[in-house]
Amino acid sequence: MEDWPILSLVTFLPLVGAFFIMWIRGEPDVVARNARYMALWTSLATFVMSLFIWFNFERGSAEFQMIDEAVWFPGYDINYKMGVDGVSMLFVMLSTVLTPLCIVASWDAIRTRVKEYMIAFLVLETLMVGMFCALDFVLFYFFYEGVLIPMFLIIGIWGGERRVYSAFKFFLFTLAGSVLLFLALLAMYFEVGTTDIPAMLEYGFPASMQTWLWLAMFASFAVKVPMWPVHTWLPDAHVEAPTAGSVILAGVLLKMGGYGFIRFSLPMLPLASEFFTPLVFTLSVMAIIYTSLVALAQEDMKKLIAYSSVAHMGMVTLGTFTVTQQGLEGAIFQMLSHGVVSAALFLIVGVIYDRLHTRLIARYDGLVSRMPAYSLFFMIFMLASVGLPGTSGFVGEFLVLVGIFQVNTWAALLATAGMILGAAYMLYLYRRVIFGVMTKPDLKAILDLTPREVVVFAPLLALVFWMGIYPMSFLDVMSASVTNIVESHQAALLEAPGRTFASLFSLGQ
Amino acid sequence: MIETLIVLLPLLGAAIAGLFGRFVGDRGAQIVTCGLLGVSALLSIFVFKDIALDGNTRTTELFTWIDSGEFELSWAIKLDTLSAVMLLVVTNISTLIHVYSIGYMSHDKSIPRFFSYLSLFTFFMLALVTSDNFVQMYFGWEGVGLASYLLIGFWYERPSACAAAIKAFLVNRVGDAGFALGIVGTFFLFGAVGFEQVFAAVPAMADAQFEFIGIQGNALTIICLLLFIGAMGKSAQLFLHTWLPDAMEGPTPVSALIHAATMVTAGVFMVARLSPMFEYAPFALEVVTVVGASTAFFAATVGLTQFDIKRVIAYSTCSQLGYMFFAAGVSAYSASIFHLMTHAFFKALLFLGAGSVIHALSDEQDMRKMGGIWRMIPVTYAVMWIGSLALAGVPPFAGFFSKDMILEAAYGARGMVGGYAFWMGIAAAFMTAFYSWRLLFLTFHGNPRADEKTMSHVHESPKVMLVPLILLATGAVFAGWLGYDLFVGEGRAEFWGESILVLAANDSVEAGHHVPFWVKVLPLVMGATGIALAWVMYVLRPDLPALVARSFRPIYLFFYNKWYFDELYDWLFVRPAMYLGRGLWKGGDGAVIDGVGPDGIAAATRSLAGRISRVQTGYLYHYAFAMLIGVVALVSWYLLTRVG
Repeated sequence: MEDWPILSLVTFLPLVGAFFIMWIRGEPDVVARNARYMALWTSLATFVMSLFIWFNFERGSAEFQMIDEAVWFPGYDINYKMGVDGVSMLFVMLSTVLTPLCIVASWDAIRTRVKEYMIAFLVLETLMVGMFCALDFVLFYFFYEGVLIPMFLIIGIWGGERRVYSAFKFFLFTLAGSVLLFLALLAMYFEVGTTDIPAMLEYGFPASMQTWLWLAMFASFAVKVPMWPVHTWLPDAHVEAPTAGSVILAGVLLKMGGYGFIRFSLPMLPLASEFFTPLVFTLSVMAIIYTSLVALAQEDMKKLIAYSSVAHMGMVTLGTFTVTQQGLEGAIFQMLSHGVVSAALFLIVGVIYDRLHTRLIARYDGLVSRMPAYSLFFMIFMLASVGLPGTSGFVGEFLVLVGIFQVNTWAALLATAGMILGAAYMLYLYRRVIFGVMTKPDLKAILDLTPREVVVFAPLLALVFWMGIYPMSFLDVMSASVTNIVESHQAALLEAPGRTFASLFSLGQ
Repeated sequence: MIETLIVLLPLLGAAIAGLFGRFVGDRGAQIVTCGLLGVSALLSIFVFKDIALDGNTRTTELFTWIDSGEFELSWAIKLDTLSAVMLLVVTNISTLIHVYSIGYMSHDKSIPRFFSYLSLFTFFMLALVTSDNFVQMYFGWEGVGLASYLLIGFWYERPSACAAAIKAFLVNRVGDAGFALGIVGTFFLFGAVGFEQVFAAVPAMADAQFEFIGIQGNALTIICLLLFIGAMGKSAQLFLHTWLPDAMEGPTPVSALIHAATMVTAGVFMVARLSPMFEYAPFALEVVTVVGASTAFFAATVGLTQFDIKRVIAYSTCSQLGYMFFAAGVSAYSASIFHLMTHAFFKALLFLGAGSVIHALSDEQDMRKMGGIWRMIPVTYAVMWIGSLALAGVPPFAGFFSKDMILEAAYGARGMVGGYAFWMGIAAAFMTAFYSWRLLFLTFHGNPRADEKTMSHVHESPKVMLVPLILLATGAVFAGWLGYDLFVGEGRAEFWGESILVLAANDSVEAGHHVPFWVKVLPLVMGATGIALAWVMYVLRPDLPALVARSFRPIYLFFYNKWYFDELYDWLFVRPAMYLGRGLWKGGDGAVIDGVGPDGIAAATRSLAGRISRVQTGYLYHYAFAMLIGVVALVSWYLLTRVG
C-alpha cells in the first residue's frame, strides 16, 4: 500500500470511469441508467480510495506526503508532481465526499443528456482532486483552469433560463483573473528556474517582485473566493446552475481561491501579504456586511444562499491574512465547514425545486406541516450556517474571530456584526419557507424527503455534528502545516530589511 | 459519572421524544422526558449535598473540543457550589414544569415535539452552568437561545409567534456577539479560555492596557464590559430586553421555564461565575449596577400599565433580573444568586398559576376580561397569592429574604452607584407590590367580565398541574428562610468556598448586615403601601385607574407602550437593514458593479462591434477610399520619420 501512487489513483480514477461511460451505447433509457450507476460506482470507489489518504496521512508533520513524481517536460524542470500536506489533504477528502452525493442528488433531477452530465461530473472530480494535490505550479495551473470547463458546461447546458448569460459571466470573471495568474507563474518560473512548489516555497522572492506577483495572484484567487466586489458572478452562476452544480461550486470551487491564498500568496510572498493585509481585511469586512445585508433582501432562495457564501468566505480571507495559528486553522476549518453546509443548503433548496420548479421564497409557506423531516434537516443546516456552537460552522468562525482579534479589533467587531446579520437572513428565510400556515394550493400535495434524499443528507448531517463536537479529527491534520506557515511567515518578516512603500513598489532596478 | 448523567439525560430525553416521537407516542414522550429529567433532578440533589454542603468540588473533563495553538479547551463538567446550586434549581424547576405541561399541553397536536424542546432547553442550560471554560459556556449560551427560539415559535402557524421567536434569537445574538468578543479578548489577554487559568492570572493582569476599536483602556474593564453585553442580552436588561415580553408568545410553561429556571438567569450566573474578573474591574461593576438598577425601575413602570396577565409577569421578571444584576454589581454575588434561586420558585409559580388561570378561562389572557373567579379556582387563587407575596417581598415568604438582602447590600456598598441602585430598587419594590396586587384583584376579584360561555366553563386545573403548583408554592414559602444562612448569612463563606470571589474591600453583603434599621424596614413599608394603593384603586374605587390614566395620559402612554423601544429599534435597525439590503443589491451589485463591470464591458464591446460592422458597407469605393487614406498615412509617416 505504501508504494502506491495513491494520489494519482484517486485523481484519475474518475477519469477512467468517465472514459467507460463515454462508450455506453444503446437505448436512451438504458444509457442514462447505466451512466448513472457507472458514475455512482466510480465516485464511490474514488471515495473509498481517498480514505487511504485519510488514514495513511501522518498527522503532526508539516511535510508534503505521499509524493509521486514523473518527468513531464524534460530539461525544463517542469514535472508531474503530486503530494498533500495538512492544508490540502482535507480538501481532497471534501471533493471525494461531495461528488458521489452530487451524483445521487442528480439521479432524477437530470433527464437530458445524462451520459454527458455524468462525464462532466467525473472529469470535474479529477480536476478538483488534482488541483489540491498538485505540487507543481504548471500542473496546478492546468487543473485550476481546467475546472472551469466542465463547470461552464454544467451551467451552460443543464442550467436554468438565463444559463448562457450566467455561464459566460462565470467564465469571463474567472478567466480574467487567471490570465494574470499565468503571468505570475511565468515570472516566478523565470526567477526560480523550476515550477516545483516546495522549491518555490523555499525560494524567498525578492521584495521588489513580491508586490506585483501578489497582485497578479490576488486577481485570480479573489475572483474564485469570491471577494467583494468581484463576487457578482456567483449569485448568477448559482441561480442558473443545476443543484449538483451549485453544490460543487459552493462546496469545492470557492475553496480554490482560499487554498490559493494559503498555498501561494501567503508563504511565497510574505512581505507583500503583510503589506496588503489592510486591503484584504477591508474587502473581507465589506463582503461580510454588504453581502449579508443583500442576502436579507433576496427573494430567490439560491441567491440568498449564494450571497451568504460570499459572507462566509469573507471570514475565510479574514482568518487567512491574520497569519495566526487560530486564524489560519479557523479559515481552513471554515472552508471545510462551508463546503459541507452550503452544499447541504443548496441540496435543501434542490429538494423543493425538484417538486415545485421554483426557487422563489414567496411561492412557499408552512412546509413543516407536510415535510417534518425536511424541516428538521433544513433547521440543522441553517443553524450550522449561522454558526451555532456544536455544529461545524461555529468552530471555524470562532477560531477566525480569535485570530482576528489579535490583529485588528475593528475587523473583529465588524465580523461579529456578520454573525448577527447571518442569523437574521437565515432565520427570516426559514420562517418564510417552513413556518406559517400552508395556504398555497399547489403545496398541498408536496411530499416529504424520499429515502434517496435522506441518503444524500445523512452523511452531511453526520459531518456537521462531527466537525462541531469533535473538530480535533480535522484540526489535528492541519495544525503542523499551519504552524509551519505561521513560523516561516514571521521569520520572513524578521529577515526582511526595513520595508517601506518605496521598496515594495520599486521595480527592482 | 453522576454529573455526566445529570447533564446528558435531558439531552437523551430530548432526542428520544424529538426523533422517535412517532414511535413512542404522546404518552411515551412525556414519560421519557419527565422520567429522565426527574432522575437528573434527584441526582442533582445528591450532587448538591456532596459539592455544596460537603465541599467536594471537582471538574470532570470529557474530551478535547478545540485545540488550536494555545487555544485549547475540553468538554467538561465543573462542579462547585455555584454550579451545584444552579443544577439543583434548573433540574428541579424544570422537572416540575415538565410535569405541569402534561396537563397544560394535553390538547396540543404535537406533544412529543414540545417535550423534546423543553428537555433540550434544560440540557443547554445545564451545559452552560457546568462549563469550566468560556467556550462551552458560549455553547450553552447560544443553545438556550436556540431552544427559546424553538419554543417561542412553537405555535409556528401564528405569525406573531414566529416574529417573537426570531426577535428573541436576534436580540440574543446581539448580546452573544458581545460575549464572543469578550471571550476572544480574554484569550488575547490571558492566552487561555479555561476559567481556572484565567482567574489565576487576573490579579497580575488587573492593570494591563489594550486597545479595542481605537479605545485605549484597562483591558480587564473592556473585556468585562463586552462579556456583560452578552449577559444583558440573555437576561433581558435595558436596551436588550425587548425580546423577553414577546417571548410569552410561546405556550405558558415555556414562559415559566425561560423566566425561572433557564435562559434569563444565565446572565446573572455568568457575572457571578466571572466574579474573579469583575472584582478587578470596578468600572465594569459600576456599569452592571447602573444597568441593573435602571432595568429594575424601567420594567416595573411598564408592568404597572399592562393588561395581558403574562406580560405583567414578564415585566416583573425583567425588573427582578435588574435586582439580581445590581446586586452583582455591588459585589453581592451571593445575594444575587440567592435571589435567583428564590425568584425561580415564585416566578415559575406565578407563570404556571397564570397558565392555570388562562386554562380555566378558555385561553383568555386579557385581565380586562377576567375577574370574579377566585371561588371557582381556589387552589390557583391561593398559589397566586403566595407567589405575589413572595414577589413583593412580604415576610416570611422567599422573596423577602433575598430582596431585602439585595437592597441592604446596595445601601451598604460604597459610592454613588450603590445609592442609585438602592433608591431605584426601593421605587421598584413599591411598583412591584402595586402591579402584583393589581394583577390579583383584576384577575380574581370584582365582577366577572368574561362572557357567560367562558364563565360557565371555568374550572380548576387537573391534578397533574396542581401538584407542581403546590410544590412550587412550598418552595416560594420556605426557600428564602431555609437558604438565608447558607447563601448570605453566617455560613456563606464556607458555603460558597472559592466559587465566588469578593475582594475584602467590596464585601457589601457584610456591610448590608449592619445597615440602619430604617433601611431594613423601608422595602417592607413600600411593599405594604403598594398593596394598599392597589386595593384602593382596584377594589375600593374601581373608577380610579381610568381617571389616573386620563389625567397622566402622556406618562401613561409612555409606560403602556414600553417606552417605545420596539418602535425605536424598528426605525433604527430593522427598516434600515432591509432598505440597505435592497439598495445594495439593486444599486451596488446590479447597477454599479455589474453595470460598470461585466455587463458594462459586454455592452461596450457590442456597441463597438456594431460601429465597426457599420464600416463594412460592401461598397467597393468605400474600401478603395479607406485604402487610399492608409497609403497616404503610411507614406507620410515614412517620409517624416525615416527620410527627415
